[in-house]
Amino acid sequence: MSSDIAAILAIDGIASGAIYVLIAIGFVLIFAVTRVIFVPFGDISAFTALTLAALETQRLPGTMGLVALLAVMATVMQVTADLQAGDHKAIPSTLFFYLLVPLVPVALMWFAAGTVMSMPVRMGLSLLLVLPIAPLLDRIVFRPIADASVLLLLTVSMALHFALVGLGLMFFGPEGVRTQPLTDASWEIAGMQVSLQTFLIVGSAVVFSALLYGFFELTLTGKALRATAVNRTGARLVGIRPAYTGTMAYVLASVLAGISGILISPVTTIFYDSGFLFGLRAFVGAIIGAMVNYPVTALGALLVGVLESFASFWSSAFKEVIVFSLLLPVLLWRSLSVGEVEDEAEE
Amino acid sequence: MSLLAIRSLDVSYGKVEAVRQVSLSIEAGQIVTVIGPNGAGKTTLLAATMGLLPSTGEMLYEGRDLRRMDVEARVEAGIVLVPENRELFGDMSVSDNLILGAYSHRHDGAGNRRNLDAVYHRFPRLLERRHQKANTLSGGERQMLALGRALMAKPRLLLLDEPSLGLAPLIVRDIFKIIASLRETGVSVLLVEQNARAALETADVGYVLETGEIVHSGAADMLIHDPKLIATYLGGH
Repeated sequence: MSSDIAAILAIDGIASGAIYVLIAIGFVLIFAVTRVIFVPFGDISAFTALTLAALETQRLPGTMGLVALLAVMATVMQVTADLQAGDHKAIPSTLFFYLLVPLVPVALMWFAAGTVMSMPVRMGLSLLLVLPIAPLLDRIVFRPIADASVLLLLTVSMALHFALVGLGLMFFGPEGVRTQPLTDASWEIAGMQVSLQTFLIVGSAVVFSALLYGFFELTLTGKALRATAVNRTGARLVGIRPAYTGTMAYVLASVLAGISGILISPVTTIFYDSGFLFGLRAFVGAIIGAMVNYPVTALGALLVGVLESFASFWSSAFKEVIVFSLLLPVLLWRSLSVGEVEDEAEE
Repeated sequence: MSLLAIRSLDVSYGKVEAVRQVSLSIEAGQIVTVIGPNGAGKTTLLAATMGLLPSTGEMLYEGRDLRRMDVEARVEAGIVLVPENRELFGDMSVSDNLILGAYSHRHDGAGNRRNLDAVYHRFPRLLERRHQKANTLSGGERQMLALGRALMAKPRLLLLDEPSLGLAPLIVRDIFKIIASLRETGVSVLLVEQNARAALETADVGYVLETGEIVHSGAADMLIHDPKLIATYLGGH
């Protein structure tokens, strides 16, 4: 392998790694706050890409139906819960947060249908439309079993992924899509052509990771999220509702998943079921960070991207095998070095 | 009207009844202590008052039915628990722990800053260590942080579970001095303790809990001279 090819592969790998970083950080965020390993997270990313592609061809995206369906289900569940608790005063706010807020982007999309939108508007709308999915799924599926064991939550999460893939097929259809490139411009750096798109991808990953860091360090809501992750009982004792921080975690993570979907859509062809593999690759990164450490998770996800890029050059057929084999030494090392951490987390 | 009135409270873990038919009341500004041996149900009583455990019976806080409120709503209403194991945010800094203590009053920025200064004034050690992570503190400092975090929530009723547990005698004395001084700030305290003598010296009213039931109650300065209690709980000295 010449150094030229190595450099090209490395740049390619860093670009896809940067996309995995966003998903991997989302995994860690949701797990830390809610103890759920949110398997359908990659699907959220794929659905964003599919939504963006639909808007490009001026079709109504299937996400609208999905969000409307979930919003109605969640509202019915929450209103029933309010009535059972005899809390009639909570019903207007339930209707507002569970029905009206998720339906706002759906309505926007409905009115904007058929009009030609500029690329940033399309991206913004796609992102907005995808945001309610994960928090609504949280309300429908996970909140009723919030005190269950991590293993049960994971099993349910897995089942949810398969349900969501089915819904994806129903709402988006079986065709693969690829959106227009973000930009055709490219720069020559040290004798190599590097597309501006690559810079945009890596730049977005850096900017959003930094924003998340700032949110955790500087805002009270960010600190409340960390507090819930560190000690749930302690958080309740100062008045932080785990249901609220959980919703916040799902929304924030969905922003990251949505951005990653927007970034990946011009790079590869996306199908309704493509999300699982992105999710799985990002998950390897999250495992390297032991599901708790954000910087190590980010490095891990980058490593996965680079490894994937080189693996597809060496032996394209064994690409996935090589990437997922990375888990074995990592898990071995993890279980040998930090065996006690798990027990502490169970407290 | 009592600040807190508990009547015929039952708390059980499955089939085991940990607290049976307990009734007690706390008037505004009072320090009330519940003493008793290990396993008597003292911690269970506090956890049920906080809403962490389901219970049956009547629980009125300023005349409001507490059992319709979840833990977070009770915190917002001014009931704050300092649990036996402190439940600090170990991986976060001392100052973040304190700031989060005021989460239930998060929209009162100026009040919370004043309150933070007051807590640092009361516990100068916390000011020195404000950038340190909570899990690097010593036992006494952790207890100060737990108390400080609770005070940040502007409690009207403070539930203290074994605040002296595992602390050196000098620090225990400090902690009880601080509890006594809370009376001046208008905070009522429900204090659960194994250190019966120190608890009764600090409190106005005492209850003795044995195997889930209240077997004695009365003014604290009466209980402290009760010969039966001296024999069982006060070590005779």
